[in-house]
Amino acid sequence: MSPQRAAWWFLAPAMVVLGVFFLLPVIAALGLSLTDYDLYALADIRHLRFVALGNYWDLLHQKKFWSALGHTLYFVIVGVPLSLMVSLGAALLLNSPLVRCKAFFRTALFAPVVTTVVAVAVVWRYIYNTKYGLLNYALGMVGIHPVDWLGDPHWAMPSIILFAVWKNFGYNMIILLAGLQAIQKDLYEAARIDGASALQQFRHITLPMLGPTLLMVGILTVSGYFQLFAEPYVMTEGGPLQSTTSVLYLMYNEGFKWWNFGTASAVAFLLFVIMFVVTALMLRLGRRGATA
Amino acid sequence: MNARAAKVIIHGLLIGGTLVAVFPLLWMLAVSFMQPGEAGSLPPPLWPAHATWHNYEVLFLRAGVGRYLFNSFAISAAITLLSLAFNLMAGYAFAKLRFAGRERLFQMLLGLLVIPAQVAMLPLFLMLKSMGLVNSYAAVVLPAAATAFGIFLVRQYARGIPDELLEAARIDGAGELRIFGQIVLPLLKPIMVTLAIFTFLTAWNDFMWPLIALTGQEHYTLPLGLASLAREHAQDSELMMAGSVVTVIPVLALFLAMQRYYIEGLLLGSVKG
Repeated sequence: MSPQRAAWWFLAPAMVVLGVFFLLPVIAALGLSLTDYDLYALADIRHLRFVALGNYWDLLHQKKFWSALGHTLYFVIVGVPLSLMVSLGAALLLNSPLVRCKAFFRTALFAPVVTTVVAVAVVWRYIYNTKYGLLNYALGMVGIHPVDWLGDPHWAMPSIILFAVWKNFGYNMIILLAGLQAIQKDLYEAARIDGASALQQFRHITLPMLGPTLLMVGILTVSGYFQLFAEPYVMTEGGPLQSTTSVLYLMYNEGFKWWNFGTASAVAFLLFVIMFVVTALMLRLGRRGATA
Repeated sequence: MNARAAKVIIHGLLIGGTLVAVFPLLWMLAVSFMQPGEAGSLPPPLWPAHATWHNYEVLFLRAGVGRYLFNSFAISAAITLLSLAFNLMAGYAFAKLRFAGRERLFQMLLGLLVIPAQVAMLPLFLMLKSMGLVNSYAAVVLPAAATAFGIFLVRQYARGIPDELLEAARIDGAGELRIFGQIVLPLLKPIMVTLAIFTFLTAWNDFMWPLIALTGQEHYTLPLGLASLAREHAQDSELMMAGSVVTVIPVLALFLAMQRYYIEGLLLGSVKG
């Protein structure tokens, strides 16, 4: 067998899987989003009608889409910077030459990342419990009245953000730590000789040198946070008052609760387009920042 | 600020952070051994007064968690084995074998990376339904049997294999399959281990697709079983914590045992990506 023929044999299984179970469904989703595929069509395909951009048009006029998008953006806009700051802070601490038992701290801080979202969401739901939760108890000790963390529409999303940051910061921490370790030590040496303070060193050496890593980590985190679903599913079921219903939650409800596959596909595509635009913007801004 | 004060502050912050990171996990373990209702008292107890296996017994004997545990293992293991085989072969082909259209196909593959998996979920469900595969292990395993990311990772690694080695084997008359099995695979062992851990952890922790594809409890994985228990037994905190322990311990143990490889993979997949 020639290497050329062999190559196709080696590629075939993976390409078939990706083609049949990913590429084809993605293309089909685009088609599906242009139809009114619903429970009736599910029962008998002859009920299927082509509605062109009707689903998109309807969604853009519906309050539930905009509010789901709003909740998702809230999660991304507050959650991502917070997550990045905690990650960077932890990475800077771990990178200090003064730290002992580095491996221990690194492992412990990373542990939440490998845990199962659903399992730790269950744990946090209990920590947030209004009456018996540890959080309210701890706050009570310093004289703060109990907060209905997951039951109050104003607090539900911040609570989920706090949980998400706890769960995810270790991932970026490891990548940023590797980025920090790649910065040449003599840059700091030179800065010290010139009398730069720790803060100045951070601003003029660490941040610019870490720029590309920060940008990449930022993009990964943004696209991850846009896909918010399991946290509200387990902790709040999208409530209270829909305050934690994300775009994917809306897609799940439209598709698998109400069987409106056409609408749900349109929701999925709108999310994809938004993610794509935001990521492209970030890349562009990042490049401009690098050349400036 | 002198070095000593800095050292104290840095360690103080790290210890504080570590406590916040690990506390929910330790507390989950402690509550899982409490008597029913014990966690619902004030002040919230940090330690079981009389440790008991009761919650675990209820989980396994009455709530059917043994079944979920088995499903999780079976599904994650099948995904790991299949995707390992497929991604290794494809990654090697992209890295080392010449064929027409290689670059274009690879570009397409990279293009797939930006599409969120959820876009495919609705038609995938309809497709599997028409194939009669909804609510079967296959519905969860097949779509995960190859990933663009895994192929990409293997390709990056396999590019380091010297061409001379493969040419020499060809001149000696070895077939392509034999070259792959006896020369390439042993060289790919480090990335194999990394990819295997990554895939297993991802499969184990996955939630949304299994939630859609598995409609009957008999096929539920642990996250699904736990989520449905959490809706029924919201008040039984001790039982829920035991369920969380059963779900989290296997992956946490795997991570602790194989940390080095896991973190290497994480860096390979991001910094160089």
